Amino acid sequence: MHLDSSDLAAIWLTIQLASLTTLLLLIVGTPIAWWLARTRSRLKGPVGAVVALPLVLPPTVLGFYLLVVMGPHGPVGQVTQALGLGVLPFTFAGLVVGSVIYSLPFVVQPLQNAFEAIGTRPLEAAATLRASPRDCFFSVVLPLARPGFITAGILGFAHTVGEFGVVLMIGGNIESKTRVVSVQIYDHVEALEYAQAHWLAGGMVVFSFVVLLLLYTRRRSTPLW
Amino acid sequence: MSVSRLSLVLATLAVSASAAAGEVQVAVAANFTAPMQAIARQFEQDTGHKAVAAFGATGQFYAQIKNGAPFEVFLAADDDRPARLESEQQTVPGSRFTYAVGALALWSAKPGYVDDQGAVLKQNEFRHLAIANPKAAPYGLAATQVLAKLGLADAVKPKIVEGQSIAQTQQFVATGNAELGFVALSQVYKDGKLTSGSAWLVPASLHDPIKQDAVILAKGKDNPAAQAFVDYLKGPKAADIIKSYGYQVSAQ
Repeated sequence: MHLDSSDLAAIWLTIQLASLTTLLLLIVGTPIAWWLARTRSRLKGPVGAVVALPLVLPPTVLGFYLLVVMGPHGPVGQVTQALGLGVLPFTFAGLVVGSVIYSLPFVVQPLQNAFEAIGTRPLEAAATLRASPRDCFFSVVLPLARPGFITAGILGFAHTVGEFGVVLMIGGNIESKTRVVSVQIYDHVEALEYAQAHWLAGGMVVFSFVVLLLLYTRRRSTPLW
Repeated sequence: MSVSRLSLVLATLAVSASAAAGEVQVAVAANFTAPMQAIARQFEQDTGHKAVAAFGATGQFYAQIKNGAPFEVFLAADDDRPARLESEQQTVPGSRFTYAVGALALWSAKPGYVDDQGAVLKQNEFRHLAIANPKAAPYGLAATQVLAKLGLADAVKPKIVEGQSIAQTQQFVATGNAELGFVALSQVYKDGKLTSGSAWLVPASLHDPIKQDAVILAKGKDNPAAQAFVDYLKGPKAADIIKSYGYQVSAQ
């Protein structure tokens, strides 16, 4: 093995970042997806478009705006400073914020699809049995949408692991805080340390393949989606 | 028109454009962006040739050139990468020369923040100090040498944030996310004065000289525009531009 301690630190940091991001995205994304799946509001189109923006925007756009908006002169930066949190660029918290935005559509869209696939009939049936909306959500919707949650979680995690541009622009390349695997690979390539770059890059290929394999083999065996 | 048909047409256009005489593809270290733009304008006016520049980190260009990137001239931020390319037979033998000697500045976007002795470093009251990645960018390496020489390396280590190129380092400082940072003087200096903010012009005795070498690459061997550009770069007009950005021109 050619991995040194800074490579291992980068791997561990990436796992932490992707896990926390995925958890937050499932919490934040579920109500958004539920609303998008159920609403007849005119805002459905605009909100859906905003959620999908990170799919098409280059990471440089997100990174640039995050750097400016979260910086000491930006609106978010002003708020975090007033709260005594300092500014978010160059911190792990800043990366989490960036990753949540960057991976948002990868979690919201599978959830929205799963919620839409359930349709209204199971909910109406539950309502006639006097289930409260809350009860209905937890005992009917969540179990039925379980495959959607699994897809959303896998995609959110994998996409965060594959993040590069946003981290590069707001991270500052600090070991154990903001230097994730993709940035570490970039560093190795720039410093001509091709052997270490190969180990990490090859690992990423294997990891990504296994994740997608899981996703696609599951997809065939579960007809719901 | 199908996408593949379109890309074929575009590729054909690109190939025929680069085959036409009078154009040279130049890979330029990020710190030399501003002078290169000025030199390219002047070069086109004076010779009719066009210099098409790509700006980036020297380490990245090195990797790209080794892997077949279509650059014909390389203006590096150091003298190491061009020498390596030369020893790897990727260049036109004997074409390597020092086109500029760089100067380092400790810069802040805030006026009055950095004093002209660099005492702000010792006071150590900032949150973030930006430097370029020392493994990839020579100005980053020079910055670490300065910190070591001042005996501040350990004190400021937890506050260092790294840009992947000197351009990104400046961006961290310009947006205020880092209060100050080590940048190339050329990025913040024109005609004898700072363009914005405040800075300490780091004495050259605090770091190894930042000799920036240029070389004609193997791909530019038969392109007269490549030779013309390099000759122009060595000439008095280019030298004046280079000096106006705070570089020294090596007496070679």
